[in-house]
Amino acid sequence: MEALMELINSQHWGNTLPFIRRGLALTLYITLVGVLIGFFIGTITGIARLSKNKLIYALATIYIELIRGTPILVQALVLYFSISQTFGINLDAVTAGIVAIAINAGAYIAEIVRGGVESIDKGQMEAGRSIGLSSTQTMRYIIWPQAFKRMIPPLGNQFIISLKDTSIFAIISVGEVTFLMRQYVSSTAATFEPYVMLCLAYLIITIPAMLILRMIERRLDV
Amino acid sequence: MIKVTDLHKSFGDLEVLKGIDAEVKEKEVVCVIGPSGSGKSTFLRCLNLLEEVTSGEVVIDGESLTNPQININKLRSQVGMVFQHFNLFPHKTVLENVTLGPLKVKEVSKDEADKLGRSLLEKVGLSDKADVYPGALSGGQKQRVAIARALAMNPKVMLFDEPTSALDPELVGDVLAVMKDLAKEGMTMVVVTHEMGFAREMGDRVIFMDEGVIMEEGDPNDIFDNPQNPRTKEFLSKVL
Ligand SMILES: Nc1ncnc2c1ncn2[C@@H]1O[C@H](COP(=O)(O)OP(=O)(O)O)[C@@H](O)[C@H]1O
Ligand SMILES: [Mg+2]
Repeated sequence: MEALMELINSQHWGNTLPFIRRGLALTLYITLVGVLIGFFIGTITGIARLSKNKLIYALATIYIELIRGTPILVQALVLYFSISQTFGINLDAVTAGIVAIAINAGAYIAEIVRGGVESIDKGQMEAGRSIGLSSTQTMRYIIWPQAFKRMIPPLGNQFIISLKDTSIFAIISVGEVTFLMRQYVSSTAATFEPYVMLCLAYLIITIPAMLILRMIERRLDV
Repeated sequence: MIKVTDLHKSFGDLEVLKGIDAEVKEKEVVCVIGPSGSGKSTFLRCLNLLEEVTSGEVVIDGESLTNPQININKLRSQVGMVFQHFNLFPHKTVLENVTLGPLKVKEVSKDEADKLGRSLLEKVGLSDKADVYPGALSGGQKQRVAIARALAMNPKVMLFDEPTSALDPELVGDVLAVMKDLAKEGMTMVVVTHEMGFAREMGDRVIFMDEGVIMEEGDPNDIFDNPQNPRTKEFLSKVL
């Protein structure tokens, strides 16, 4: 009982807050920028996966399978240590994190894009072509708007996954929220409060994000 | 208007069209009948290159479709197509469905496109539906929008692939009425249909297809009342 009171009144709850705030800001920044770039990568490679050109298709497939077949932690290590040290490209840790998220999310988003476009009835493309639209125009005005609507829920999911994935960048000393809490733990020896706060930090983003997603899903009734 | 010479079409090893020769004159209404799987849709789709032609020639209004230099988008805009399952654009309003072609292919102004779109919707009896989405329409209304959409490009020929087959029986009449109006206005039409009444009344000629070839063709009354080919007889005895 006394131990519990002590825990509740612990100063660590309040003391971790500035770190949580600072770390979460960087976590969100890396996620948003990374996923946005990943969306462009994913759109291009996703459409490449629908290509009849065998080379384009093969390149996109290799990229997607390489990324989906390896853990993001390993991808970050390769990016930050192998590539930057071997080739002398000096990536700072945050940039490496953004690039890792972009490349990783890009591969998953590619499959979301491919699935979204494939889910649109073939008749839509035919109808577009039959009134004289080019295939690019049909894609832009007919297929993409419908496919994108169906892509919103899985894209939202990918955002949440990528947000959680940023925690592994603690290993390359990106000052995101997990890294800062680990530092806090090692300098104060408190273990319980900082990590509970860390969980709450993620949940404060992910739970509203999931609720919003579910609302959108219901609106779109997909 | 359309001249087809020795048209072959294969999907892989499956030869679906085995040498089709056909001609459609200006203002003519040609109805194509035949059992399911006989290649009627494939034939129609070859006429606007929705299917690549394997061999043979298709000439529309003097232009050969097999000429690799042809501007395929321009050609398609001159050949209207109406599908069995409508294929309306569900994310666009009825009016937007009709005006998309004029806006993006012909690049007319928005005002002009809207004016054209509304007049076409009036023609198919759907003026009051201009601003709703296709999801809110009955099948018959959807098909009439699809016809208006095709007409918006001011095509020289209209192709119909079983335009009433997906409709509830009570909705068929409205669509056929629109098609009859079109035929009376002198539109050149190729209609794949199971509506033998329409074929008899509006068709200048009927083509009976089976197993990828034209088995018999001629005046509707001759074909329906006095078919020569045993396959035609057999088919008609099943559907009439
Ligand atoms: N895209 C395709 N790939 C392979 N086979 C096809 C394709 N389209 C049609 N077929 C085949 O071609 C034949 C004729 O089909 P279709 O032209 O649709 O006939 P119909 O319209 O007279 O019912 C059928 O055996 C069908 O399975
Ligand atoms: Mg068919």
